[in-house]
Amino acid sequence: MATHAAPGLRPEYERQLTDASDVGEVQRPLSLSERLWGSTPFRRFVMLVVLAVVWECYARFLSNPLLFPTFSETLATFWRDLVDGPLISRTFTSLQVLVLGYGAGLALAAVFTTLAVSSRIGTDLLSTLTAMFNPLPAIALLPLALIWFGLGIPSLVFVIIHSVLWAVSLNTHSGFRSVPETLRMSGRNYGLSGVRYVMLILIPAAFPAILAGLKIGWAFAWRTLIAAELVFGVSSRSGGLGWYIFEARAELLTAQVFAGLLTVILIGLFVESVIFRAIEARTVQRWGMQR
Amino acid sequence: MLMTEARTHRAESQGTVEATPLPVLLQVKGVTLQYKTPQHLVTATYRVDFDVHEADRFVILGPSGCGKSTLLKAVGGFMNPVEGSIRIRGREISAPGPDRMMVFQEFEQLMPWKTVLQNVLFPMKVSGRFKGTDARERALSALAKVNLSKFADVYPHMLSGGMKMRVAIARAMAMEPDILLMDEPFAALDALTRRKMQEELLGLWDQLHFTVMFVTHSIEEAILVGSRILVLSPHPGRVRAELNSTGFGHGSVDHPDFGRLSRRIHDFLFEDELAVEARS
Repeated sequence: MATHAAPGLRPEYERQLTDASDVGEVQRPLSLSERLWGSTPFRRFVMLVVLAVVWECYARFLSNPLLFPTFSETLATFWRDLVDGPLISRTFTSLQVLVLGYGAGLALAAVFTTLAVSSRIGTDLLSTLTAMFNPLPAIALLPLALIWFGLGIPSLVFVIIHSVLWAVSLNTHSGFRSVPETLRMSGRNYGLSGVRYVMLILIPAAFPAILAGLKIGWAFAWRTLIAAELVFGVSSRSGGLGWYIFEARAELLTAQVFAGLLTVILIGLFVESVIFRAIEARTVQRWGMQR
Repeated sequence: MLMTEARTHRAESQGTVEATPLPVLLQVKGVTLQYKTPQHLVTATYRVDFDVHEADRFVILGPSGCGKSTLLKAVGGFMNPVEGSIRIRGREISAPGPDRMMVFQEFEQLMPWKTVLQNVLFPMKVSGRFKGTDARERALSALAKVNLSKFADVYPHMLSGGMKMRVAIARAMAMEPDILLMDEPFAALDALTRRKMQEELLGLWDQLHFTVMFVTHSIEEAILVGSRILVLSPHPGRVRAELNSTGFGHGSVDHPDFGRLSRRIHDFLFEDELAVEARS
């Protein structure tokens, strides 16, 4: 073998390690203020308080409750309608329809995704349908739903299914496709096949994508429902939250409109940052599949 | 030093093994393997024959593109030969099964949603090979063998590459497969960890005398890990030689025998290039 030429030889040396005891504390606990500021919930809370104060000040400066009620007035109306007003029953009606539509949408998504993973025709079908319907806002189908199903819950469920189905199927399918080949081979190595293979390998491995799909589907469904309820609210006597907002607007009760919007936001936040957060913390974050 | 001790120990144990030739476990006869890429039909190996005996550390060595991984996958049952047959204990291999546990190069082979212990338990439970407390005890003892008892309840993403590989090995060993199939298992590790893992694998073999088929493209690794080396030629893979490689450990890398074997294999692998060089 050829010896490689040495570029400018320098002398070697060895030395004793320097004493590192002068560094002082290697670990120091953070002070209370440092820890508070490091906590995301605390920083978010501070931000909310600041926004509320800005709202209150501006509304007082404007002094026109018909256009822009103050924060305190909105809160008071919200509390009044919550305790002995229609807010709870309206919310309940909305959530009932939502759960119905969301559940049906997920079931259909499961069927479509199963078709898509099990055959090439199924994949083509899903790709074509999602390409067609995903860009179509679900609410745009409401007129059609009204013609087909009339005023009432079936129409709402129809548009919610449409808003959930494509987002969830698309995410789940792409999640399945991105499962690493090695993991698939490991699963088959243990003799897994068919339903067991899907349940024990594909679904958990694709869970980050599936969960993302569920979240997007939920957000779409919630928005679509409120929007649809703004168009018509009553099946018999009971309208949903959208109808509550619509009624309040018709009677120029602006504080109530704000209270309705606040409820929509609060429920959205609750599902997003409590329910889905909890699922994430227990699954994908614990497994290190998402940071 | 430790390595030298391990080596002498192995040499002794091999002495007893070699005294009685063990029966053939795996028979590969005239196997041609082909797979499709979007543009081509690739012939990976052409009429390959070899036998793996029980307790062999059978290494398949060859340059990249000689179809050695494809060959291992075929033994795993992931693809069927277009010609020839692969038999394990006389049975034709047609599908993947837990009697041939695979260890891959990629760290993704562990299920990230299961703890280390659950990962080891998983194949035992789904294949129904071991159940309940028996499975648990086996899993724990397998983890103890690879020095991971402390990490039983940790999720894989918190482990280093070497530790993940140990889990994969423990998971495969706990199943007590007929043969352990390792597809360049240490290729993704850094040099120091790789060396440690090679020693550990040999240490495990000293205890258990399992049969292992090991794919690598490193001549050194082949000589260190293997007891028998199958040298494949490139494009398509054909058998060039089958050599003995017993009694070598990390302590004997400087030994002249090691150098001689290494050079011999080197010449087998690069004879085409050498011939081209000689002509020009």
